[in-house]
Amino acid sequence: MSAQVRPARVEDPARDVEFKHSLVALIPQLRAFARTLTGDATAADDLAQDAMMKAWDARASFQMGTNMKAWTFMILRNQFYSEKRRSWRQSQLDQEAAERTLVAIDDPAAPVALDELRQGLGMLPPEQREALILVGAGGFAYEEAAEICGCAVGTVKSRVSRARRALQVILESGAYDRDGRAAGEAMGSILAHAERLSGAR
Amino acid sequence: MSFDALGGMILRMAAKPPSRRQPALDEARLRQQAIGAKLRQMFDDVVNEPVPDEFLDILRRAERTGPGEA
Repeated sequence: MSAQVRPARVEDPARDVEFKHSLVALIPQLRAFARTLTGDATAADDLAQDAMMKAWDARASFQMGTNMKAWTFMILRNQFYSEKRRSWRQSQLDQEAAERTLVAIDDPAAPVALDELRQGLGMLPPEQREALILVGAGGFAYEEAAEICGCAVGTVKSRVSRARRALQVILESGAYDRDGRAAGEAMGSILAHAERLSGAR
Repeated sequence: MSFDALGGMILRMAAKPPSRRQPALDEARLRQQAIGAKLRQMFDDVVNEPVPDEFLDILRRAERTGPGEA
């Protein structure tokens, strides 16, 4: 290797300090992304820590001045999928908790219960969930979300809109219960309905 | 409008059940806004939590090992 070629892992304390400063500032965001993605505070912090360390280890490959938030979110997201087989979120829907959330919507502008929303997010396919979180809460443009997810912009748009529709159906599912059908049966039809709305993956 | 006609109209309005099966488009939009607001709140609530010390401890340890061993 010639002396002119700057190796990727060259020690650059000033750059490291700057990188670390930016990374630390992003920790709250990474925790929030992990939490909404996994729905579990402990698993989320493990995931966020893993992502933070992966970002630190890969700091030489980061181009300073580019979108570090999107870069770290991509790392976290990839980490999530590589560990997904452990399937935190895939864990069975808590039927009892789900049944408790079956309430009719009398006022469409009424605030959504946090538990209900958490439950609803957990019922979405992960691709839809992440797209909705990135665009609907993370403050990313569709284009940025597409880069993070490694898919086309149109794909992100359709995932977000499917997620929104499916969430609404899930959250409004209380109407089924009011009709006098068993809550368990209602839950089944909600899931089927949401599935139809979401279409084939 | 006669008094009877007005009374009948009021009765009909009062008897009209809330439309739950076919929510109007406006209702759907309001609902979407409510869901969106809650989603952002859910996310921001975590953003506003204090970061556990563990995060900075781990980073500090990694920093000390140096880039060669990272």
